[in-house]
Amino acid sequence: MPTPDTATHRSALIGVPGRAARRLWSAYGGYALGFVSLFLIWQWASLYLVSSVLFPPPTIVFRKALVLVRNGVLLEHLSASLQRILAGFIAGSLLGVPIGLAMGSFRPVRKLLEPYTEFLRFIPSVAMITVAVIWFGIGEASKIFLIIYTTIFIVILNTAAGVSAIAPNKIRAAQSLGATRTQIFFHVALPATVPYILTGMRLAMANSFTTIVAAELIAANDGLGKMLWDGRLFMLVDEIFVSLVTLGLLGFVTDRMFRWSIYTFAGKYSPAT
Amino acid sequence: MSLVSFDDVGKTYRSLQGVDYQAVEHFSAEIEVGEFFCLLGPSGCGKTTVLKMLAGFEAPTSGQILMGGRPVTGAGRDRAVVFQGDDSLYGWLTAIENVEFGLRLRHVGKAERRQRAMHYLKLVGLGGQEQKYPAELSGGMKQRIQIARVLANEPQMLLMDEPFAALDAQTRSLMQLELANIWQATRTTVLFITHDIDEAVTLGKRIGVMEAGPRSRVKGVVEVALDGARRRTDDAFLRYYKQVYEMIRDEVAKSIARAD
Repeated sequence: MPTPDTATHRSALIGVPGRAARRLWSAYGGYALGFVSLFLIWQWASLYLVSSVLFPPPTIVFRKALVLVRNGVLLEHLSASLQRILAGFIAGSLLGVPIGLAMGSFRPVRKLLEPYTEFLRFIPSVAMITVAVIWFGIGEASKIFLIIYTTIFIVILNTAAGVSAIAPNKIRAAQSLGATRTQIFFHVALPATVPYILTGMRLAMANSFTTIVAAELIAANDGLGKMLWDGRLFMLVDEIFVSLVTLGLLGFVTDRMFRWSIYTFAGKYSPAT
Repeated sequence: MSLVSFDDVGKTYRSLQGVDYQAVEHFSAEIEVGEFFCLLGPSGCGKTTVLKMLAGFEAPTSGQILMGGRPVTGAGRDRAVVFQGDDSLYGWLTAIENVEFGLRLRHVGKAERRQRAMHYLKLVGLGGQEQKYPAELSGGMKQRIQIARVLANEPQMLLMDEPFAALDAQTRSLMQLELANIWQATRTTVLFITHDIDEAVTLGKRIGVMEAGPRSRVKGVVEVALDGARRRTDDAFLRYYKQVYEMIRDEVAKSIARAD
């Protein structure tokens, strides 16, 4: 059994880098392994299980991606899609949060607006592509409209649910401490709802990816969806796969960034208590 | 001089099926300025209903409640409430930010409110914990934040709704001792709701014993003529315990029989 002395001695020998590596491993090791195994299985399945040009292995897809990155094509499509998502997502959230707060706080407002939200949220944004293109053309306006449409109802519903989930004692305590109605709204209701708002935005972000690809498949001059469609038209299977992998990675990275910023800037708004 | 008077107060709740339930009826009591008044009763007797009506969260269906001679019409900062659970704390604020919440509402300057909040945090034994969030603190510490929060707001009266009921036995008796000391130092009027005879005799200057619900009212008031530190093993303490116990025993039996 090592005495405390030998234990310190040994960790001094290994040194700080060893400990840092271990911490890095416990934080990201599983992730790294998961991704590596994903690509290994894909490679194996493509080469030995399917062995068809219609299912290229990751090595070929990455080589193709490198070519498309070098000539700027991939970046062009990626930034087109990303810009549409961000513009619509931000606008949809900015509209959805106040509407959700109003619906959660005031019964008459909820009664008045529920027919809109409960009716419209069941019309999938993919179905709205048709009218969006008729109304706004195949340019940016129709895409941003569709992303707003995708975002706004999820954000409204989550925000309103957050307001009604506030513990009554939080409001009562504020009343007994002398808070006015306005103060209760800004000092209690709003901060207590923040975790719900952020959850709604995160879900909306994920749905925006579905909508943008569908919209670009049908009517667009650029974007990752357009890239998929062109790949199908001209039988460029490698390009289809580059687009698919890019979508997966983009979604993964944006979701991680969103989670990270919630943790960093809004960690204290945890749903507990 | 009485600060609060309940004058023939009744409260009827209507269930979703439209059935009326009379929680309290003909409830009358007086609470003197600076006294520690315990309201003791079996569970379901309407103790919390009485507190909610005085706090202004709910209106009585009959009779009236006077505070300083004026009828209670709503919540106000003259009557601060310490709740039973910890869901009234603001999880996004640190301990000290929770304590200075009332001062911030009144736009007290930052330096002054920090200083006052710190004073009350130390008074409840939370010095050094001020930067922690409620989720990082134990149940007893959270109740201390609640107590510091109401004290920092300097109300005329404290309404405490079984504040220690959820704590373990050791923490509870420690908190009772500290609350007794705080009350000795501040002499704020307190209405303390409890179902625990021991707690009532430990803390109360007067104990109002309630009947079993429904249509509950005050059965009788026991004046506890004990000063300073009260020891559970003292003869006088046991005499009061026995007196209250005998008043409440039948009520507890009734309330259990009705629940079956």
